[in-house]
Amino acid sequence: MAKVRGAVVVDNEECKGCGLCVVACPHDVLGQNKQVNSRGYHFSFMKNPENCIGCSNCAIVCPDTCITVYRVKI
Amino acid sequence: MGELKLMKGNEVIAEAAIRCGCDGYFGYPITPQSEVMETLMAREPWNETGMVVLQAESEVASINMVYGAAATGKKVMTSSSSPGISLMAEGISYIAGAELPCVIVNVQRGGPGLGTIQPSQADYFQSVKGGGHGDYHLIVLAPASVQEMNDFVDLGFQLAFKYRNPSMILADGAIGQMMEKVQLSDFKPRMTAEEIDAKYGSWATNGKKPNRERNIATSLEMDSAKMEANNKRFQEKYAKMQAEDVLYETIRCDDAEYILVAFGVSSRICQKAVDIAREKGMKVGLLRPITLFPFPKQIIGEMAKRVKGFMTVEMNAGQMIEDVQLSVGCAGCAVPVKYFGRMGGIIPTPSEVVQALEQKLIGG
Amino acid sequence: MDVKDIIKPENLVYEKPGMLTANTMHYCPGCSHGVVHKLIAEIIEDLGIQEKTIGVAPVGCSVFAYNYIDIDWQEAAHGRAPALATGISRTNPDKIVFTYQGDGDLASIGTAEIMHACNRGENFAVIFINNGIYGMTGGQMAPTTLLGQVTATTPYGRDAERNGYPLKITELIAQLPGTSYVTRQSVHTPAAIRRCKKAITKAFEAAMDKKGTSFVEVVSTCNMNWKMTPVQANQWMEENMFPFYPPGDIKDGSKADPASFKQN
Repeated sequence: MAKVRGAVVVDNEECKGCGLCVVACPHDVLGQNKQVNSRGYHFSFMKNPENCIGCSNCAIVCPDTCITVYRVKI
Repeated sequence: MGELKLMKGNEVIAEAAIRCGCDGYFGYPITPQSEVMETLMAREPWNETGMVVLQAESEVASINMVYGAAATGKKVMTSSSSPGISLMAEGISYIAGAELPCVIVNVQRGGPGLGTIQPSQADYFQSVKGGGHGDYHLIVLAPASVQEMNDFVDLGFQLAFKYRNPSMILADGAIGQMMEKVQLSDFKPRMTAEEIDAKYGSWATNGKKPNRERNIATSLEMDSAKMEANNKRFQEKYAKMQAEDVLYETIRCDDAEYILVAFGVSSRICQKAVDIAREKGMKVGLLRPITLFPFPKQIIGEMAKRVKGFMTVEMNAGQMIEDVQLSVGCAGCAVPVKYFGRMGGIIPTPSEVVQALEQKLIGG
Repeated sequence: MDVKDIIKPENLVYEKPGMLTANTMHYCPGCSHGVVHKLIAEIIEDLGIQEKTIGVAPVGCSVFAYNYIDIDWQEAAHGRAPALATGISRTNPDKIVFTYQGDGDLASIGTAEIMHACNRGENFAVIFINNGIYGMTGGQMAPTTLLGQVTATTPYGRDAERNGYPLKITELIAQLPGTSYVTRQSVHTPAAIRRCKKAITKAFEAAMDKKGTSFVEVVSTCNMNWKMTPVQANQWMEENMFPFYPPGDIKDGSKADPASFKQN
């Protein structure tokens, strides 16, 4: 069975810290940063990057379209 | 020129719309102007020129259909009568705010409220001061004959597109319902999509092209500085109308000592009143404003320097008199400005006008 | 494998659609509008209809929808979007027109305009965002507010005697002979968003094929005015709104054929 690995890039300044991506992720990849961006939002980040399979669920639910997703077969 | 015909004022509006290359008419029935849409539906212009005619569910909807179509660069219009125009006030304000061209015909009836279906000129204030919310003006054309009902449709569109501002043809029940001979206009083709792109591509929301930014038709601006700049631009537009597009007619004014000021059907009564007054030895002339906005204030100011007084004749409680007073005052003159009028759908008689002139202005 | 080796152009699987502008959306964090805007942008891109599409924005939070999707737009007065869309599509039959309206706009002040446009079978698509509340003005009761729901103008909950009943306008719309495709969707999970995208695509295609008016209600959240977190709001919507506003297709077809339209 082919294994896939994924990664996401969050646009920290565009993220409003709504947290919808965190619950949409099936593999507990994302978390909300303790730090805030310049607008005061706790932007999302990959807290467990090794779990990401690049399924795009986080990006699909993101209302501000600030997540870009990459995926590679290994 | 087109053929010479005997037609009703309202029917002529419809015929003139088709002939001037109008793309669409959206309306709702109301007395005394229902013949406009009836004539269009009977003429079936969609077969002839491709013009769209649609009976809307309300005046609110019809003016907003006009907004939608006008914002794509199309030449579109509506017609109604006083209560219906009140319902359109919201949409007209949005159209003026979004700077879109269109023609609105108001065949006035008496008010307020449901009022009467008889002719009136009581919507003067509503028409020339704006009518809806916000600082805006319509270009207001006041026809006094069936011929002018024909001519002002095309003129209304020309001015509307020149300024990207709604034009109103402010008629009344008498002009709408009367039959007169009329020289119809020649047919002008509707504009093609390419012509609209070339002429109105900077603002028409007819689909974003690769060679231009997206266009947005809106009156909304949350930045106060930009909103003020928009308002200033509108005011400059109104000043330009005042400088370039005032229309009026003078009848026997050259040697006149007293001037009647009247528009629309009242001006026809006043023509006869002038003749009667002249026969009685009074030197009376008539000034007929054709554009009620921009108002012919300059000519009134010039006349004020040499005449002994003015009297407006209006089928309302005295509305245009305020603009005449302003015009006289702005010219630094103090000649008397009087008013005579009838309300409730009554058209004054020429002898009533002469009597009022004698009593109110010239003296016994 | 290092994250840096994964983040390469050749491995890209999801990015912001090109039809969305660079403007940061003014919506509150977690607002459903952003997701629906994104879907519309993707669909316009997928169908290749940027040059033909004209959107009509409403009054309400999405009054600024025109700032975000890179097409020509018109801004309507409150509730009047279907009248504008009628004017556009009647005089520009080659264009693809859609309205984007909230529940106050469509189901309250604009009821006459939406009903009659749908009844005439105007060839445009309607995207109807129903979050049961007035967002822009600060959380007042909407026609779709549920009984008992607390809003700024129903501080003790919506009371049927005082405020009337929540309005299932989409079911009413589906009764009209002019409508083609009428559906209720949501955008609270990835699966729901994928279904919603299919529905909006179908609605646009119906408008392009002149099948009549197509109508997509999106049951949405307004976490700010519901006074919840975005995640709680999705849960509240599932538990409270879905029983009354169940997602799914309500009508799938074409406007009535005049030849077989029964009047007796």
